Amino acid sequence: MKRFIGFVTKEFYHIFRDRRSLFILFGMPIVQILLFGFAITNEINNVDIAILDHSNDAITKEIINKISASKYFSIIQLIEREDDIESVFKKGNVKAVLNFEQDFSKNLIKERQATVQILTDATDPNTANTISNYVNSILKKYQQEQNKAITINYVIVSEPRMVYNPELKSVYMFVPGVMTIILMLVSAMMTSISITREKELGTMEILLVSPIKPFQVIVGKVFPYIFLSVINAIIIVLLSIFIFKMPVQGSLILLAFESILFIVSALALGILISTISATQQTAMMISLMGLMLPVILLSGFIFPISSMPIPLQFISHAIPAKWFIIILKGIMLKGVGLEFIWKETLILIGMTVLFMGISVKKYKIRLE
Amino acid sequence: MNSNKVIQVKGLTKMFGDFTAVNAITFAVEKGEIFGFLGANGAGKTTAMKMLIGISNPTSGSAHVAGFDVFTQAEDIKKNIGYMSQKFALYDDLTVKENITFFGGIYGLSKLKIKEKTKEMIDDLGLEDVANQLVGALPLGWKQKISFSVALLHEPKIVFLDEPTGGVDPITRRQFWEMIYRAAHQGTTIFVTTHYMDEAEYCDRVSIMVSGKIEALDTPKKLKEQFQVTSMNDVFLKLARG
Repeated sequence: MKRFIGFVTKEFYHIFRDRRSLFILFGMPIVQILLFGFAITNEINNVDIAILDHSNDAITKEIINKISASKYFSIIQLIEREDDIESVFKKGNVKAVLNFEQDFSKNLIKERQATVQILTDATDPNTANTISNYVNSILKKYQQEQNKAITINYVIVSEPRMVYNPELKSVYMFVPGVMTIILMLVSAMMTSISITREKELGTMEILLVSPIKPFQVIVGKVFPYIFLSVINAIIIVLLSIFIFKMPVQGSLILLAFESILFIVSALALGILISTISATQQTAMMISLMGLMLPVILLSGFIFPISSMPIPLQFISHAIPAKWFIIILKGIMLKGVGLEFIWKETLILIGMTVLFMGISVKKYKIRLE
Repeated sequence: MNSNKVIQVKGLTKMFGDFTAVNAITFAVEKGEIFGFLGANGAGKTTAMKMLIGISNPTSGSAHVAGFDVFTQAEDIKKNIGYMSQKFALYDDLTVKENITFFGGIYGLSKLKIKEKTKEMIDDLGLEDVANQLVGALPLGWKQKISFSVALLHEPKIVFLDEPTGGVDPITRRQFWEMIYRAAHQGTTIFVTTHYMDEAEYCDRVSIMVSGKIEALDTPKKLKEQFQVTSMNDVFLKLARG
């Protein structure tokens, strides 16, 4: 035990005296979560739009008012002629133009139908889609309000409700993803680098000749990172609760338990990487290419797994991060308990045991 | 077993597949002796040493180090030996004192003992000014001396030195050998590999390995007589060229 404390103390000296690793440890999580939370977002907010109102009557005015009253859009320009539409788009600020046809009110009352054209700048297809959906929903709402007065025999009103994230806040989706990436990065990359560093500097040899057991060396090297990763997880959760108002519906204890489980599985991967790489550089490359990319691309963090080709879906099953993201979303957004995520938890436990087993075996072979 | 023989090796062999790295070597080292373990690169001296310090399993033969069997009692051997490699054993980003504390701790020394040893080492080596400096900032020669003292921290019966003086100037090497003599004088057995032939002259006895076998083993004086040359360098050349 005394040996262990001495070892861990030494490990903390290493970490705190290396500014780069300190930055990766604590700077990255904060920077990433803020970046993903604020800058990289699927929501639209205050999108600049222009209006071309050929009709200019009471109803179009009311609709325009509703649109400008919503926080999604701000009307920055009223244009007069069709020809101006193109130039407005080319300037780049305006993302959409609403084009009300002539005699909008008249048509609406007489023919029971009137047209407004929604032109969106589809150089960014996602945003264009979202804008058009938002405008549509404002129009629909207006229509429903008007129709209340009139009795119509049959009306089917679809009422979409987005559960667990009613406002479709993208930060709800990013927080579990970023948390996963950071825990993976800190745990796997940092441990694999710190173990290979001892190999590279020749101190590992000295440790192996000393009475301290290889197993103790590994645990001693890994322990500080468990500790630091837990702190990181806490920072991320606090940031998302207080800055992004993200709810944590489920049990915090369960969240802590699952996070520690994931951290341990990432550490096991880190140890495994360190057994197959001789230098810090290799360890870093393997961690980045072999862990980070799959985590970002295949874990379902950004791209939905169900729309991937079958072979990739298959690969995604082998990525611990995928299961952890499901668990995180379940606990944080849906507020589920262990009874709903026991399968994912078991898979994570299984993977951890497997990685541990392989690295212990590899480690022994390496000692020969 | 003769209690004065701290290392006893009989027919020790290590094979890697078909390749015999160490071929049935036999020798013994006495307590307090400075034993030079010489050989060209690839002659098998590092492999042989790794078996003796318990981090590599021999294929066949027998070996006892500090009275313990390398096959079954490697953990006991580790407690009784010190080791210093040509790469540095110390952590550059730890201070001298922190290094001493860390290695003392690994060998299970008590806090009090570590404190005592730290003071002793600082006095002996004149480290007062640098004790709280990071090791990385010290010159190579200093690092080596501290490294050697750290290897002696837990008062091992035998110290294994793997090319300890690589890359330092002759004066520092000279000082380093004085430290070795002092340790040997206090009863510590020194097992040293080197490829500086002048250093071989400082050893009590020398063994020379050529392609996995020990081809010569005696005092430097007798070896020179046997090969009718005037320096160890010539002994080595004669042997290595067959």
